[in-house]
Amino acid sequence: MKTHAGEFNESARRYTADLPHRDLIQKALAGYYAKRDESKNRFQNWPGARDLAAEIKWNAINHLDRCLDEFVSKLEARGTKIFWAPGAQEARDYIIGVARKHKVRSIIKSKSMTAEEIHLNDALEKEGFEVVESDLGEYIVQLRREPPYHLVFPAMHLTRRQISDLFHDKLGSAPTNNPEDLTMIARRVMRRKYCEAEMGISGANFAIAETGMISITENEGNARLTTSLPKIHVAIVGIEKVLPKLSDLALFLPMLATAGAGQSITCYNTLYGGPRQPGEPDGPEEFHVVLLDNRRTELLADAEQRDALHCIRCGACLNVCPVFKNVGGHSYGTTYQGPIGSVITPHLRGLQDWKHLSQASSLCGACTETCPLKINLHHHLLHNRRNAVRALPGRLGKFLQSGFVFMMRRPKLYQLAARAGRIAQPLQRLFQGTILDPLRAWTKTRLFPPLAEKSFREMWRERKTP
Amino acid sequence: MSIVQVLERLGHKVDYPEAQTCCGQPPFNSGHWDEARAVAERQMTIFRDAETVVIASGSCGAMVKNFYPELFHNHPREAEARALAAKTHEFSDFLVNKLAVLDVGARFPGRATFHDGCHGLRELGLKKPPRQLLRHVQGLELVEMSEAETCCGFGGAFAVKFPMISTAMGEVKCASIADTGADYVISNDSSCLMQIRGVLDRQGKSVKTLHLAEVLAQT
Amino acid sequence: MTNREIILGRIREALKVSAPNPAIHASTAESFSLSASPQKWLPPVGKTLEQQIDLFRQNAEALKAEFRVCANMNEATEHVKRLAGTGDWKKIGRHRGELTDAVARKLGLAEVKTDGGYAVDDLESCDAALTECEALVAQTGSVLVSAPSAGGRALSVLPPHHIVLARPNQMEPDLTAALQRVREKFGDKFPSFLSFISGPSRTGDIERILVLGAHGPKKLTILVLP
Repeated sequence: MKTHAGEFNESARRYTADLPHRDLIQKALAGYYAKRDESKNRFQNWPGARDLAAEIKWNAINHLDRCLDEFVSKLEARGTKIFWAPGAQEARDYIIGVARKHKVRSIIKSKSMTAEEIHLNDALEKEGFEVVESDLGEYIVQLRREPPYHLVFPAMHLTRRQISDLFHDKLGSAPTNNPEDLTMIARRVMRRKYCEAEMGISGANFAIAETGMISITENEGNARLTTSLPKIHVAIVGIEKVLPKLSDLALFLPMLATAGAGQSITCYNTLYGGPRQPGEPDGPEEFHVVLLDNRRTELLADAEQRDALHCIRCGACLNVCPVFKNVGGHSYGTTYQGPIGSVITPHLRGLQDWKHLSQASSLCGACTETCPLKINLHHHLLHNRRNAVRALPGRLGKFLQSGFVFMMRRPKLYQLAARAGRIAQPLQRLFQGTILDPLRAWTKTRLFPPLAEKSFREMWRERKTP
Repeated sequence: MSIVQVLERLGHKVDYPEAQTCCGQPPFNSGHWDEARAVAERQMTIFRDAETVVIASGSCGAMVKNFYPELFHNHPREAEARALAAKTHEFSDFLVNKLAVLDVGARFPGRATFHDGCHGLRELGLKKPPRQLLRHVQGLELVEMSEAETCCGFGGAFAVKFPMISTAMGEVKCASIADTGADYVISNDSSCLMQIRGVLDRQGKSVKTLHLAEVLAQT
Repeated sequence: MTNREIILGRIREALKVSAPNPAIHASTAESFSLSASPQKWLPPVGKTLEQQIDLFRQNAEALKAEFRVCANMNEATEHVKRLAGTGDWKKIGRHRGELTDAVARKLGLAEVKTDGGYAVDDLESCDAALTECEALVAQTGSVLVSAPSAGGRALSVLPPHHIVLARPNQMEPDLTAALQRVREKFGDKFPSFLSFISGPSRTGDIERILVLGAHGPKKLTILVLP
């Protein structure tokens, strides 16, 4: 039974060795930096915007109970049905219950990482419902029966050729090299589904407490269609999505677009405050909002890392992470990839099982630098490492570290070790690359530079003696 | 030794307490904060009376300046930790920001590119000082690589715990170096240089690695 | 205990320990409080209508939307007629309204009016949609629509070409002002649907290459008439 850490290592080995794949991802993200910087430069003061966003979210998260109560009461006042889901199972069961009650056969979905998190599609399909992902990238990975590769760009890892082959295989469409033609194929399939589905399931980017609305950000228009035509709309929303005021969107919508995709603003930013109101020509008869905890409250309880709940799921940290770019989104083996995923997964799924994601980082800090909410991502990776050691010291680790401390508190011993290293180095070269090589982990792919002939200490002493 | 040479050339008195060993970053990074504290406490004692502490590497500099205060938070020696953090400077930070010196009288003809060590860049905010210093080195042509700020992949224990990822990151860095056509890659962090050297040698490339101080020490 | 009580209980327990407030460690020199408006940090917008129209045009065109200020109703109608001709429109979707009524009358095309409800397949087969809006946003080149101002939720997103008819006094400088406008208009009785539309629909899901016209309209035309 392989551990998650083992699976991660295996996947990372495979992907880092796949040079065409690494090239594809590098190329896909190359344009992001330029566009993002262009959008950032349009702000009068991007650092100021980050500070304000961080403060707004701090207020929302640190008064989460009040915000959620306000959100819920405003929504209920206009006929929305709320379900508080303490965990994934309750959320799934509720949604299945709604679908059964209304004798739903076909469900159309817009992109939701929260739905991914609770494996909603699998559960619905097992109950006999047809579920179709309407977002182009999500539809593609759904057909391939694989999870999304990236928070924001689910099919980033695929070439147009692979997508054409996929559509030809599953839909019988003619092969084509043209991205526009491929998009049109998906568009045609979806139009039927929007018109026929009895239920639409969406996520939400933000939950506005003041006015009782959810806000959905998208470029394609599929979320708007998912939530306009079917007679039931179910939105699954993590409890951390709250923003206190409607006016906060004026800041968050441009920041989300800028950091996430290098756009000034995403094509559609839509607010939903209830089912169809009297006098409105269309819209769902029933609107359900499922508020999901699923261990977010555990992250909330960790005051040191609570700001990880400020995340707006823009994906910027993934885009700049050198680890992500080299191991790829699927290596993480969990819903949330990249730096934010490495920070929160130990809280949402268990520290000891998932601490390896916090360890698989050089702590370069590019994530923290880029996060629009100034979440202290790379320091939280350190905190996870410390917490993991505290909870489960591990005899070998403790032994090695104690040995390190022992040596570092005795400078003469340290110097002895350094001299020994210098003597041993030519010997090491004899064993280089073999199973006896103590530096095997390094030398398999890199050479180890020759240690200096004289240590600094020796040179310093030489200067002093006349 | 280059750092000593440069500082003495500028007329400063340099001392090297021989009792020093390590800043404690390895245990700190792997989550063994108690052990890190034990090592750090010794260094704090050794440098207690120093007027200023200059560090050769961005990562050690970051450990002392940014992480010692966190490591000793709510600890009896917290004030001492903060004091040491305040008087410690990475080498280029010291020259440019403390001594207000940009030209150290160095001469080093060649075409070079600069690699920003992540700790120096992001923890200490030192994008400009190394470059300002290098621009005043006679004969040196400094070109920027596209991935200057991208991590080289060393990351301490990360390099041996996740060698395949570490190497992949090193390869991206070395490809960017190669694109500049530079003969030298300079950095203010020796661990980065070791990583880059390791990948370059494996690739059989002739680009040479140099520490910032080594370049500044040349006359 | 209800689910609500369970979750709120967990939250209250968690919040017993406080987390540091970033405002205390703000990186900008000025101290700011919750009352600091995003308008301080977001891209600046000119104060005059002329400047705002110019900015709107710049942004809308960058988003590949078509934008025109028309001298009068006639010019607007002629333009829509031309679009109908090039697009070979047989049927349009629309809602009743001062501007939509006036333009539609001159088009002489088959219509699906969404006002009292409609058959989905009828709307789905329309070649274009004609709507009004709540506001235009200069800062982003966006159109703010709502269920009452744009004939419901689907009309402005299902047919492949969306035409928006707006008045100059609907131009707002930025998102803050646009949101404020709808607050003042609706008070407590918000429509169930409001949407900021910024350009024709698009996707970058295939090799990060931009394709216009994903699921929503492939074309967006915004006409301002006095």
